[in-house]
Amino acid sequence: MLKNITLGQYLPGKSILHRADPRTKMISTIIIMVLVFIANNVYGYAMLVALTAIALLIGELPVKYTLRGLKPLLIILVITAAINIFTYSGQTVLWSVGAVKITLEGILQAITITIRLSIIVIMGSILTLTTTPIALTDGIESLLSPLKKIRVPVHEMAMMMSIALRFIPTLMEETDKIMKAQASRGADFDTGNILQKAKSFIPVLIPLFVSAFKRAEELATAMESRCYRGDIGRTRMKKLAYTVVDLRMGIFIVLFTAVFIVSTFLPAS
Amino acid sequence: MEAIIVKDLKYEYYTRGESQPVIALDEISFTVSEGEFIAVVGKNGSGKSTLAKHLNGLLLPAGGSVCVFGRYTDAQELIWDIRRILGMVFQNPDNQLVATTVEEDIAFGPENLGIEPEEIRHRVKESLKKVSMEGFDEYSPHMLSGGQKQRIAIAGVLAMHPRCIVLDEATSMLDPEGRKDVMSVLKKLNSEENITIVLITHHMNEAAQADRVIVMDEGKAVLSGKPDEIFGEYRLLRQIGLDIPQVSDLYVRMVNEGLIKNGRIPVLIDEAEQVFTDILSGRKTSAGYGTVTARKTGEKIVEIKNLSYTYMAGTPYERHALRDVSLTVYKGEKLGIIGHTGSGKSTLIQHLNGLLSPTAGTVEVSGIIPEGKSLKELRRKVGLIFQNPEDQLFEETVEKDIAFGLKKMGLSDSEVNRRINEALSITGLPADILKKSPFELSGGQKRRVAIAGVIVMEPDILVLDEPTAGLDPQGSAGIYEFLSRLNESKNTTIIIVSHTMEDIARFCDRVAVMEEGKIIMVEETRSVFSNKEYLEKTGLDVPQITELFYRLNKKNQSVRKDILTVQEGLDEMKRIMGI
Repeated sequence: MLKNITLGQYLPGKSILHRADPRTKMISTIIIMVLVFIANNVYGYAMLVALTAIALLIGELPVKYTLRGLKPLLIILVITAAINIFTYSGQTVLWSVGAVKITLEGILQAITITIRLSIIVIMGSILTLTTTPIALTDGIESLLSPLKKIRVPVHEMAMMMSIALRFIPTLMEETDKIMKAQASRGADFDTGNILQKAKSFIPVLIPLFVSAFKRAEELATAMESRCYRGDIGRTRMKKLAYTVVDLRMGIFIVLFTAVFIVSTFLPAS
Repeated sequence: MEAIIVKDLKYEYYTRGESQPVIALDEISFTVSEGEFIAVVGKNGSGKSTLAKHLNGLLLPAGGSVCVFGRYTDAQELIWDIRRILGMVFQNPDNQLVATTVEEDIAFGPENLGIEPEEIRHRVKESLKKVSMEGFDEYSPHMLSGGQKQRIAIAGVLAMHPRCIVLDEATSMLDPEGRKDVMSVLKKLNSEENITIVLITHHMNEAAQADRVIVMDEGKAVLSGKPDEIFGEYRLLRQIGLDIPQVSDLYVRMVNEGLIKNGRIPVLIDEAEQVFTDILSGRKTSAGYGTVTARKTGEKIVEIKNLSYTYMAGTPYERHALRDVSLTVYKGEKLGIIGHTGSGKSTLIQHLNGLLSPTAGTVEVSGIIPEGKSLKELRRKVGLIFQNPEDQLFEETVEKDIAFGLKKMGLSDSEVNRRINEALSITGLPADILKKSPFELSGGQKRRVAIAGVIVMEPDILVLDEPTAGLDPQGSAGIYEFLSRLNESKNTTIIIVSHTMEDIARFCDRVAVMEEGKIIMVEETRSVFSNKEYLEKTGLDVPQITELFYRLNKKNQSVRKDILTVQEGLDEMKRIMGI
């Protein structure tokens, strides 16, 4: 059930993307996502799709595995596509029954939305697949550190994020175990209407929360015992540092953006 | 130098709705010298963990004092210094690892101390080496076994260069292998680095390895002394819910029966081998054999044929958990399943009530093949109880929780009540517990409530995964007592998965041994445990008493080598001594 989510997972490797600084990767990903929304013609989309393919290639990621991340999104993709097809008011009517009409523009719109969403999800997946969660949170902490001056608890937020990431696999295992245990006691998660189904999850959620609170308390105790007191006097073993890989990646992204922006001024075919 | 001085330490707390405080520590006093290896034992709720939390100032004394290497814990400005020199390892391996990789986790402590990155890196390497976990730097915690996680937790403490490590039930959630690894790391740190160790445990075989044992009961230190002195007080120990190692038990029983004179009680297997060899020296009699009970046949209740199961087939994480497993279980028998963590035991039992469906092969349980519609019926016939079942309690009252499964069966109120009361009496719970919240019960009671919730379904087969994990000796004995009752009174087939070989040897008729997804042996319990070499090859132990007689047999052929319980051992000693 939860196995298809590639967003948030990390695949160890030694590729260029793995070695790049998390801040470079995050900023690049944000730029690409912005570009996805600026894109307005065939050249733009083609460039973005090509870029995605290149990223998959130099990240040395298994294509099938990465694309599987789209699976949970399939329903959303289908629904948005359907809404666009049926509601977009275009000129070139292809088919119509009463008030419902399907237009060429509607279909094109549905395709572009699908491409946009897919690129965003795949790019997000590539970021997390090539960056350890800890590097991600370090990156976020570093990028947001100017906010510390206006008393935003950046360190605490980053620590909470990394703890959340640390416990996702643990809690997923636990959910699986509790569901199986309750099923063994006669719980039924599959039949009934939506309301009954939602209700059948109470025996899973209550134990899960109880255990999460217990974990939180024990973890806090363990952290205190290891002298944790926020970022007062705290050093880091791994300091983030830009290298030549980041320089190359930065130059590439800047050039790509420049070419992309020029291409948006080209007439759509 | 004294590492820890605890003087008249008192601690009490109030629970909701009670006007009288609970006295957790009652003017306890003791000292630990630098370099000592101390075990603190006591049943659950005796105040051991509260004591541990006082040693590094997580809790502050309500009366008396705690002094760690000359620093009093109530001096606020010294608290971080105290926590650096006295490291703490806790019970649940999952809930003390902070970071997403091993190296980052070990670095966490030194980072908090503000140590330079280069030095931290050095300490991470050094600590990993000390716990024999080199090369695991980049693993994420959830990829490690329990024992490995605990060793990482110890490494995390070591990286802060402590002078003392306190382990609060740190081995209680581990399998025997993990426990052994942790113990050997601790002993090495103690002898080679002169690190003071305070090991809180209720495993007497671990306490036996300490220099000194402190026994706690109801917030007091009731005994303190060398392991053999402590075990000599076995009557008091049993009274407060503890036990002694099997070899020590055999010795004191022989003393009680007047077979030998009272001497120094052996506490470890090697000592025991020496002591009992001396007792038997020169005595010879005909070779003895145990009575192997006739193979249980009769009605088949479970038939597994060529079962294979693969996790996450077709992904980079594919894993073959079961390979071509065949097994028959007979009605009314008590079957044990043993094997390493990861040998496929859990996967196998989850096929019995259709939680998993075979990748290949078939499973048939009293004529039902688990799939689709038949699943509901099957889950009523097979009660599956996972490890730590108390984690699944969720209702407001114990009564509702026990009745959770019954509600869906459409039974009359009187039948529901009858079944609940019967489950209470089988599990030995008092009737007034029904109106309480499951969350206010003790660990042992919660476990019984959770098991009662399955027994009310009146299953033909009860499958339990590590039913006594985390319970103290008294709690464990109670569980096996009522399982026997259930087996005898209702002819319920019982399948137990456990790492505790003493329990398996005492309780089960037959044992299946698993390794790497295969069943490599299914025999009567006695035949399985008499194959010590074979079991050892797969990394499994035999009960301590079996090990002892096995060794005695090597030296004196007339001694039986297939002894399963202390009582059998005593009888065998008598036989050889001609009494």
